[in-house]
Amino acid sequence: MRTAFIKELIEEAKKNKNIFLIVADLGFSVVEPFIELFPDRFLNVGIAEQNMAGIASGLATEGYNVYIYSIGNFPTLRCMEQIRYDICYHNVNVKIIAVGGGYAYASLGASHHATEEIGMLRTIPNLTVCAPGDPEEMRAITKFTSAHNGPCYIRIGKAGEPEVHKKYDKSIAEVKSGDILNVINGTDIAVFSTGSMLDYSANFISNNSLKASLYSFPFIKPLNKNQFTDILKKYKRIITIEEHQLNGGFGSTILELINDLKETKTISSYPEIKRVGINNAFYSIAGTQDYLRKLAGIELQLNYFEL
Amino acid sequence: MQTSKDFAREIRNVTLKMVYNAKASHIGGAFSMADILSVLYHNVLKIDPTEPDNENRDRFLLSKGHACTSLYATLGLKGFFELKELDSYAANGSKFLAHTSHYIPGVEISAGSLGHALPIACGLAIAAQKKHKTWKTYCLLSDGELNEGSNWESILLAPQLKLNNLILIIDYNKIQSFGFVKDVIDIEPLSKKFEAFNWETYEINGHDHEELLATFKLCDNDGPKPKVIICNTIKGKGVSFMENKLLWHYKSPSEEEYNQAIGELNL
Repeated sequence: MRTAFIKELIEEAKKNKNIFLIVADLGFSVVEPFIELFPDRFLNVGIAEQNMAGIASGLATEGYNVYIYSIGNFPTLRCMEQIRYDICYHNVNVKIIAVGGGYAYASLGASHHATEEIGMLRTIPNLTVCAPGDPEEMRAITKFTSAHNGPCYIRIGKAGEPEVHKKYDKSIAEVKSGDILNVINGTDIAVFSTGSMLDYSANFISNNSLKASLYSFPFIKPLNKNQFTDILKKYKRIITIEEHQLNGGFGSTILELINDLKETKTISSYPEIKRVGINNAFYSIAGTQDYLRKLAGIELQLNYFEL
Repeated sequence: MQTSKDFAREIRNVTLKMVYNAKASHIGGAFSMADILSVLYHNVLKIDPTEPDNENRDRFLLSKGHACTSLYATLGLKGFFELKELDSYAANGSKFLAHTSHYIPGVEISAGSLGHALPIACGLAIAAQKKHKTWKTYCLLSDGELNEGSNWESILLAPQLKLNNLILIIDYNKIQSFGFVKDVIDIEPLSKKFEAFNWETYEINGHDHEELLATFKLCDNDGPKPKVIICNTIKGKGVSFMENKLLWHYKSPSEEEYNQAIGELNL
């Protein structure tokens, strides 16, 4: 995904002279092609994320479309106040890229587990929150953020994620703000996946020959309410899955939206909701990403698919 | 013809009235930087109140946003907006918040949380260099604010990037929220710190208009380093009973104090 990001960003930067990339001393063996092509629109500010976010705000004020790039919690939690105040309150054109969402850096420990940032970031006004599910979504989201005038957060996995949409003969050339993407068509039950849980969810449904649908949510905020309402009406049960704490995350977003749709009588009833995510815990055990996901309970069970 | 000293007196008068009417805080820090603002806006900054967003203007960023009253007073007196608009300062529905707001003409950024303006100022200075613009970025910090790590991230980086179009001003009034700076975290030797960090460093009397103007002129050079002017100031400068008193970080003047202060300011 990070390769898809930098390749697409380079393509956008060829057309858009205002695209500027800042890193906080991370991105080794990823961002070099960008530096080679656009040395005057690249800056390494050193290991200093608060400074990076503030500098980005200043550059954006002067007309640049600034991408700030680091890993895990560094470009988000470390500089949360700069994101809220310097970037979002001033509503400037800064794109925050975090590589290594969820347990992508599993063995590196809790400092590198990016499992709370969506809950924090989605409360901030003016900020679009994105978590693309595969390289194709990544390219589409990069294109979207290049054209979008305003702050965005993009959670990226790591490297080597498979193309999921292509596997199901789908193609995502571009996305509009809030788009929800159908991957598998089924009946009665739908899995709502965000970010890197897409490949796992698709495989679970396919390998178990389940008749469930699968939707990918590259946007967590905002969501296209009309599209969401139409989808909701088709199902008796929704299973949300995310590599993030359950508190305040993607599943919470879905619950809140459903409640508001019911309250405003846009819908009269709604499906059962099963949320899959991390249940309010840190994990201090070494292991692969899959190992940590399993340990934290981020997995689908066959009985979730029995009505 | 009005001098910068006359202008400073006007700034303090308008500031005092705002703080008194709104029963607001932070007059001590607003007064300590009043002479700096006066010289900047009277003699130094290339700005046009009729075109506050002119792309070639100098940028002035106030980091100690809690001292907004004297900046608002300065901008109102310069004609960025009608001076009478300041009567609404901090009142219900007013756009004049008790910290700087970028929704006010002439105010570049909103500030309130400390340690935010200098990184943004670096961003502006980088943009000016990239776009080969000659405008400068001025950024005014408090002394206590130098406790914030984010400032030191910028202080490290600015010389590395040769941001010679960045002028940092420290309003060194020696008092922060809980007491004297030297008793909370002593930042001395401050000049030596900046010199060691490769800044072109000046230390002056922040109430001496001639020295302020001369130093701003010295900063207008093509040397590679960013500039810092450490301004030794007095918290509450201009009103005897406010000077050097921590209390006036918080207190709003009573009617009697207001009248005495008006008298002292206009002797």
